Amino acid sequence: MTRDDGSPLLEAFGVVKRFGGLVANDVAHFAVCAGEVVALLGENGAGKSTLAKILYGYYAADAGEIRVGGRRVDITSPHDTRALGIGMVFQNFTLIPALSVFENVALFQKDLPAVLPRREILKRMHLYADRFRLAVDPRTLVRDLAVGDRQKVEILKQLVAGARVLILDEPTKVLAPQETVGLFNTIDEMRADGLGVVLITHKLREVLARASRIVVMRQGRVAGVLDRSEASEQKLLALMFGDAFDPPAPRPRAGRENAGTCALELIRVSTSGGRMPLRDVSMKVRTGEVVGIAGVSGNGQRELGDLILGLQHPGTGTKLLWNEDASRWPVARLRQKGVAAIPDDPLALACVPGMTVRENLALGSGTRYRVGLGVNWPALDADMQRSFARLTFPRSSFDAVAATLSGGNLQRAVLARELAHEPKLIIALYPTRGLDARSAAAVRRLLFEARDRGAAVLMVSEDLDELFEVCDRLHVLYRGAIAGEFGPEHFSADVIGPRMVGASEHADAA
Amino acid sequence: MNTALVIGVLATSIMSGASLLYATLGEMIGERAGIVNLGLEGIMLIGASTGFAATALTANPYVGVVAAAAAGAAANLIFAYLVVGRSANQLAAGLSLMFFGFGLSALLGRPFVGALTHSLPRLTLSGLEPNGTAARLLSHDILVYLALPVALLIWWLLFRTRWGLQLRAVGEDPAVAFAAGLKPNVLRYQALTIAGVLGGIGGAHVSVALALTWVEGMTAGRGFIAIALVIFAKWNPLWAVAGALLFGGAEGLQLQLQAAGADVSPFIMNMLPYLLTLLVLVLWGWSRQLAAPAALGRSFVGVE
Amino acid sequence: MRHDGATLWRLASAQAKAFALAAVIALAVFAMLLSVAGKDPLRAYVDTLVYVFGNAYGFSELLVRMVPLLLTAVAVALPARIGLINVGGEGQLYMGAWLTTAGALAFAEWPAFVLLPTLTLLGFVGGGLWALIPGALRALRLVNETISTLLLNYVAPLIVGYFIFGPWRSPESSAYPQSPAFVEAAQLPTFFHSRVHAGLLYALACLVLYWFVMTRTRFGLEMRAIGGNPEAARRLGVPIFSYMLAVMFVAGGVAGLAGMAEVTAIQGRLVSELSPGYGFIGFLVSWLARTGAGGILTMSFLFAVISSVGDILQITQGLPFAVVNILMAVILFIVLAQPARSVGR
Repeated sequence: MTRDDGSPLLEAFGVVKRFGGLVANDVAHFAVCAGEVVALLGENGAGKSTLAKILYGYYAADAGEIRVGGRRVDITSPHDTRALGIGMVFQNFTLIPALSVFENVALFQKDLPAVLPRREILKRMHLYADRFRLAVDPRTLVRDLAVGDRQKVEILKQLVAGARVLILDEPTKVLAPQETVGLFNTIDEMRADGLGVVLITHKLREVLARASRIVVMRQGRVAGVLDRSEASEQKLLALMFGDAFDPPAPRPRAGRENAGTCALELIRVSTSGGRMPLRDVSMKVRTGEVVGIAGVSGNGQRELGDLILGLQHPGTGTKLLWNEDASRWPVARLRQKGVAAIPDDPLALACVPGMTVRENLALGSGTRYRVGLGVNWPALDADMQRSFARLTFPRSSFDAVAATLSGGNLQRAVLARELAHEPKLIIALYPTRGLDARSAAAVRRLLFEARDRGAAVLMVSEDLDELFEVCDRLHVLYRGAIAGEFGPEHFSADVIGPRMVGASEHADAA
Repeated sequence: MNTALVIGVLATSIMSGASLLYATLGEMIGERAGIVNLGLEGIMLIGASTGFAATALTANPYVGVVAAAAAGAAANLIFAYLVVGRSANQLAAGLSLMFFGFGLSALLGRPFVGALTHSLPRLTLSGLEPNGTAARLLSHDILVYLALPVALLIWWLLFRTRWGLQLRAVGEDPAVAFAAGLKPNVLRYQALTIAGVLGGIGGAHVSVALALTWVEGMTAGRGFIAIALVIFAKWNPLWAVAGALLFGGAEGLQLQLQAAGADVSPFIMNMLPYLLTLLVLVLWGWSRQLAAPAALGRSFVGVE
Repeated sequence: MRHDGATLWRLASAQAKAFALAAVIALAVFAMLLSVAGKDPLRAYVDTLVYVFGNAYGFSELLVRMVPLLLTAVAVALPARIGLINVGGEGQLYMGAWLTTAGALAFAEWPAFVLLPTLTLLGFVGGGLWALIPGALRALRLVNETISTLLLNYVAPLIVGYFIFGPWRSPESSAYPQSPAFVEAAQLPTFFHSRVHAGLLYALACLVLYWFVMTRTRFGLEMRAIGGNPEAARRLGVPIFSYMLAVMFVAGGVAGLAGMAEVTAIQGRLVSELSPGYGFIGFLVSWLARTGAGGILTMSFLFAVISSVGDILQITQGLPFAVVNILMAVILFIVLAQPARSVGR
């Protein structure tokens, strides 16, 4: 791979990738030259990761050509790309926690001799670590390292293996703010040394600060390429979300201030552990209103859901349910009190795949159908049939095994169970994910109806259109904290979108 | 402290610990590759009976040890085929192997019950005064002398060679290992073959060097003590040496204490290996240290 | 896949065919082995069949052998339903026997109708508490239950040994230490002048109760949920912690009953060699049966038949009983080698 003749280190032409009927990538041209940092920017689902995985050899493109150092290459697997000097650092590191830094780096090298050449490998490691500011003690076990240091090891192992192009997939997603400084120092050094860096991200601030060139993707295609000198937050947002964006006009809503008593209140709740601990979260959900949580998934939504549903207790702060301190209540008690959960992945989280639909319906119903040691099946059947009918769901056979149901039918069964007994607080986590348009609309209608009957509803979703349609109020969740609360007058992508990606407050003003 | 007592205990520890150490090292290699073998007791019995039978037939204890090693390897290959080749449940396969060992060793050993045979000769280092302290302590068979070097070799193999690194990677995260271009199954077969050899040798040592006889079931649970010892030693061959002396010495200590008039029940002493291991596990669990190879599986050591 | 009768029957018969094939192959292999050893395998097989099916005493011995197998298999199957692996049946059996002996010796003057229920309870509690230790360690997320039950397996016989050689040593027998013989009132009644004893009723009752609880009660429903999808069960409010403790205790108790039966009906006293690996065979029975009650009954029966082969080998062919373990192991090897045994631990 040369950098002397000026040809790009890595170049792709006409890359097309389809998954089933979905066109994940349709990229006419993409290139990385020596000494430059190319940012690959876009929303979730824009196709950035797919393109990167194709470049790395993880996926095979349906069409297109890839050139390394000006020469056309055939890439069939990551082994090929490793030999060609292309490296990729994923969000899930491919490190072995129980082994040391040295061992992880050594394992990754090709053509390792039978007896480990410790001194030689250590020498190379020190060389690269010093050069690129990736200093980590080689003897430390990876599991004892902080996430930022683990990432350094991932990068180091690729560099020691001879990578000249490094693709980083959302590298700052897992880092604490102070760790990102170290990462960007390393990226600066790599650029100075003539390496090529591809930075995949959805964070505007990073891009504007670090990238030499910005490639914005939207819906699988390149929406635009800007040099850093000509880029601004506004222009980037326009490319990311499209100026042909069609927001539903903010509906004048009857003010929901008289929405009723406070069903759920979180007072300065923080949690620990998990991927994205909550930080100082305060919010209220009242009866008769739908409160939405917007945000890119992975910013604490699951942790928030787990907290409210009783699977995790707050580290600090209080959780009130109808003004009672429910911070330490077990799950069963919360459900008994009328808290219902509509999960995003019903098969994994809300039912037992090997049991029948009927048994799954019984399982979530607490003590309601207890008779002696057994279950009052007739009463359960009757109630559940009524629930299905009221929700106008087509009834699947209760004898079918849950695993055989389609995603939509399973979600409907879970909804029928959760809504069967007029729950007073409904926590809906991405409730329409994976559903076709009609079913999704039906679910939204259900949430409306529940609200109108006096339930309090909290809905988490990534789909802004959906949130705007259903919610009376909206919070944005970013990195485990609330990044703003908005009423219907602010419901537009221009306002909410930037908050979801951590942009500054005045993005919409300029 | 009575020096004779200490010498006696040490000598017994070393003798008894050696067979334990071989079996432990073998199991350790297998577990480092991610495979737990509950049938180790069966392998040791096969080694003990084969070793004794071969020694009796050829009047050569060294032939006996080699035969035991081969038999152990062959038996463990059955296990390897089942768990690696057929992805069978490791616990069920291990227990089946254990019963297989009980039966096969009984069959092989039957004609030799009560036979007397050449034992592995004790080699005393030349130049030492016979019956002196040093001589009593340093007069062992070749397997005992080789035990420590073998442990060191295995340590070197696991931590200083490419094979060992790859094996440990497979035992930690086979998916990552596979993605890095390794071949988990080949490595596992190799590991289990070595484990079979070592287990067979450990068993042979009991019949051909320690007890000098064959009795059904004579390894008396050493296979399970070895499994406990692998955990106690945190999957590290060097710690296993210390642990083997400790666990092997329990019995010796008890005998010597009784001879010295102290009344310690042999049963209590024999419980110690298991109770100590359990205690160590509780402590690790408490401090959230999980030292086991990660892919050894939830089924054996995880709590999630 | 529907859970209706037709499908279940189809699955069961497919399973049975696979097992039958494995048995046939194993019998052939074992026969070859025996021939090489100079014995007459066909004679042994025929003798076994005659003994077991043509002879009242032989058949009764079969039933006697089934008792500990049924019990230890349930002791494995029950925790398996909630995803716990119990390899500690041996130890739980010994501790059940131990606590039973304590009661039998202490309450020797009591009349049978009070003593026997008490001893039954003690047997259950002894095994139950022994299993509760690993259960608690697991529920508290400290130690995996597979390894803790395995370790405790070897501590229990040592406790028994300590007592037999010490406080409970029988003054009469000097040949090998054992406890004094139990009084008549402490011995389980037998039937039909055979050795078939009331323990068989315990075993069948446990099996039926196991089946009933798992299929007809809401406890079984919740347990199957924990085993099927613990994350979902947690989110639906099932108290997993409590179930872990309760299930391990009951499982240990069932194995403890096997110990109780051994000392009160078979041995009539506490001895050091109570079990030729019943706890482990129970694990294998439960695994083969994929924790189903019907399968446990069938497999226990089959393993008892295999064990009778061992008796015949010993009596008529002069081989040690242990040799029959080869037959058992080879059957298991063949079953293990078959692909896609997804269920069953």
